[in-house]
Amino acid sequence: MKEFTPAPDSASIVSVTDRVKPVALGMGVTSVHFLGPRAAFVGGEENVAFVDDKGEVTTVAVHSGGILSTASDGKRLIMGGDDGKVVSLDAKGEVTLLATDPKRRWIDAVALHPDGAYAWSAGKTATVKSGKSEEKSLDVPSTVGGLAFAPKGLRLAIAHYNGATLWFPNMEGSAEFLPWAGSHLGVTFSPDNKFLVTSMHEAALHGWRLADNRHMRMTGYPGRVRSMSWSAGGKGLATSGADTVIIWPFASKDGPMGKEPAMLAPLQARVAAVACHPKNDILACGYSDGTVLMVRMEDGAEILVRRNGTPPVAGLAWNAKGTLLAFADENGDGGLLEL
Amino acid sequence: MSEATAQKIPVTVLTGYLGAGKTTLLNRILSENHGKKYAVIVNEFGEIGIDNDLIIGADEEVFEMNNGCICCTVRGDLVRIMDGLMKRKGKFDAIIVETTGLADPAPVAQTFFVDEDVQKNARLDAVVTVADAKWLSDRLKDAPEAKNQIAFADVIVLNKTDLVTKPELAEVEARIRAINPYAKLHRTERCSVALADVLDRGAFDLDRILDIEPSFLEADDHDHAHDHHHHHGHDHDHHHDHGHGLKHYHDEDMQSLSLKTDKPLDPNLFMPWLQNLVQVEGGKILRSKGILAFHDDDDRYVFQGVHMMLEGNHQRKWKDGEKRESRLVFIGRELPEKAIREGFESCIVS
Repeated sequence: MKEFTPAPDSASIVSVTDRVKPVALGMGVTSVHFLGPRAAFVGGEENVAFVDDKGEVTTVAVHSGGILSTASDGKRLIMGGDDGKVVSLDAKGEVTLLATDPKRRWIDAVALHPDGAYAWSAGKTATVKSGKSEEKSLDVPSTVGGLAFAPKGLRLAIAHYNGATLWFPNMEGSAEFLPWAGSHLGVTFSPDNKFLVTSMHEAALHGWRLADNRHMRMTGYPGRVRSMSWSAGGKGLATSGADTVIIWPFASKDGPMGKEPAMLAPLQARVAAVACHPKNDILACGYSDGTVLMVRMEDGAEILVRRNGTPPVAGLAWNAKGTLLAFADENGDGGLLEL
Repeated sequence: MSEATAQKIPVTVLTGYLGAGKTTLLNRILSENHGKKYAVIVNEFGEIGIDNDLIIGADEEVFEMNNGCICCTVRGDLVRIMDGLMKRKGKFDAIIVETTGLADPAPVAQTFFVDEDVQKNARLDAVVTVADAKWLSDRLKDAPEAKNQIAFADVIVLNKTDLVTKPELAEVEARIRAINPYAKLHRTERCSVALADVLDRGAFDLDRILDIEPSFLEADDHDHAHDHHHHHGHDHDHHHDHGHGLKHYHDEDMQSLSLKTDKPLDPNLFMPWLQNLVQVEGGKILRSKGILAFHDDDDRYVFQGVHMMLEGNHQRKWKDGEKRESRLVFIGRELPEKAIREGFESCIVS
């Protein structure tokens, strides 16, 4: 299949491609977020491009090199760069330098807490800065792959080789190691604070039920999982890595243990990015061939947002109200869709 | 070279035992007026300082893949660094990975075999090993790492040749050739080697596996007259001439094994045999390569491997008049030669 071109009156799939406001950013994009009303497209290096609902682009310089890691709460965006700097960008476009690694090492991972605390990692060291208190650091046995704050309390999950470490930065000696062989690259808490899930170097996720550290193996992907998104209310975890969107069920106390995931929106391309709608059971997904779909999680009904035939989709994001969807491919060609 | 291969960023792995001259070679590469920009992944900052290039510190973190393959280790830090570097595509032309003096090159090479994302963007070009002419013979006896680095090499830069006598040089070269007769060997002082001899070699490019004749047959000027060798206390160190100056060291546990037949191979027998061989003996086999003539197949089949990992493909049609000969090479430690030879023979169409 060279091009996915349903006839305009085709009953098979509804298309909203003509309602998308195209955005040409002219730079390689690696992730997409919303900061207040504007979409923020993070470049591979140096810049973030804001795009407002009229499609107007404003570029802000944030790093003097590659941008390696991002985290956003919708109000600000924290980034780590290969210039050894941690910077924050707010909705007005104001850039603040938060930290500089003394050895100018790469800032491989960042995380942002709902109460404003933030964390970053360079090499094996994870550092947390919360409010007015001093920076606190923890060394884990190997390079940090990913960071995530728990939804409640000041607790940080650190993904690394052979497992993850949970740490209360304000409690001395509180680091708890959750072992699982392999390299763990990404990490996320379930919104109800009951589960921790890591994405691994191999094509799999691993999970722990935090009440008893019971393991949850989530395997079967043909490719590495690079994008994870919790559905509204945290009932499911939507993931990339396969030629369908894989959604693991987390509604029950056992999480996905002994259950099959839902597999939606199959295409002859790999899912590259997923973003669940903040309020409704809808998700947006982007594929390795440039296709973007919106999918209703209940029945898998699809709406075509963008046709295929471009580089892989680099990122997707919803605004906080769920009225705007922004996306871009790796070459920086994207779009805005108002619902 | 295929178009897809050409677009991938070439990665040169630079190894060598402590003090052999890796940093000297690296500085040479970076300071020469070649108009190219390199991203250099090093273990220690400070010794190199070229403003124009991207220098990245690494930790040589090796981890085992969870695929049941015990020698299947990859460099996790490389996976991460490559991921970061790809955000700056277009800012550099090639990547050089410098390993520590004690590093095993296998996990670096394997990273390029097993990691999908790394493979998509970059290709392993060659393993270049810098060796110290004065001390390598000793290190081959007491340092398994030095031996691995020689065995693994596509290119060997035999450095500091001004510090040894001619017989000493012949001795160290013979020892290198006993382990790895296939690498290109360059004798240098202060690593003064032409960049074209170490960069863009395409040593892992299946399309360029044209010739796996031992490299020593090509040019070297071994001194046939010298029969006196310093044995450094090795009593069993008997060696004999193979007619072209190569001394074969029977005490050497790391050796190469070459197989050849002009009769066609049965792919239905050969493929399972090869797969099984690297599964069972992959810990011992460091590198493997082959050009194969299969029964009822007009295409040359080529393969190469690192420990248990193999990749292979049909390369091209056999040319008219070209001798349809199958050749295989294994470099490894304590290779079960008899079993390998017998297994290979049993794959020949009778």
